[in-house]
Amino acid sequence: MTVTELARLVDGTIAGPAGAGPQEVRGGYASDLLSDVMAHAQDGDAWITMQRHVNTVAVAQLKNLAAIVIVNGRRPEADMAARAAEHGVPVVTTPLPAFDAAGRLYAAGLRGRGAS
Amino acid sequence: MTEAEFVRAYEIVGADFTNAGRASTSIKETLKNMGLASALIRRVAIAAYEAEMNTVMYARRATMTLHVTPADVTIDVQDEGPGIPDIQLAMQEGYSTATAAMREMGFGAGMGLPNIRRNADQFAITSEVNRGTALVMTVHVG
Repeated sequence: MTVTELARLVDGTIAGPAGAGPQEVRGGYASDLLSDVMAHAQDGDAWITMQRHVNTVAVAQLKNLAAIVIVNGRRPEADMAARAAEHGVPVVTTPLPAFDAAGRLYAAGLRGRGAS
Repeated sequence: MTEAEFVRAYEIVGADFTNAGRASTSIKETLKNMGLASALIRRVAIAAYEAEMNTVMYARRATMTLHVTPADVTIDVQDEGPGIPDIQLAMQEGYSTATAAMREMGFGAGMGLPNIRRNADQFAITSEVNRGTALVMTVHVG
């Protein structure tokens, strides 16, 4: 699915550069621990997290993630939003908690793809 | 040293969370531009990132050097900092000395050094308390 479709499924908003990241969302990973995401997320995953600081963007770049999905109505900090825009990393914000966001995406066909 | 060796050094500044990750992302881009296999780049990127974050979180500064030869990719990190008193303990999954503030940011899972070891074909760590820590990690090409 596209990032736009993902945003719609979680009642979310694309906070990053709209239209950037034509990359298809191919799976999902949910975690608030950066090393866990580094170890286990896969190329093209949407990353569901509470984190909203600038260091998330490097993780997304290094892991070729399709989007960062920030849950619970939290907004990216200003430097995160700026860095994500600079590097074309889409950021989606959703009012849903992580469980519900993941559940909706799972119901729509996205899957976690195991440990690397 | 063969003429086929590529070397680039990065300076990493302790506690500089704003720029944290820039060296690793530059290394990833460099390897991508060299046309190296994506599976190899993924492994190097994880190891480089964890080493870079360890410097940012715990050391005063470090030099991280990327060496690429036709046979392997090596990342060498020499930091100036507090050092690691018990390396065996630090290598244990889940062990961390991260502060509460770092943990709140999602660091301090105690996965950094294990992630490096898991993704490197060769990994060496030496440390001297009150001086610093040296890491050398190598991933074979092909």
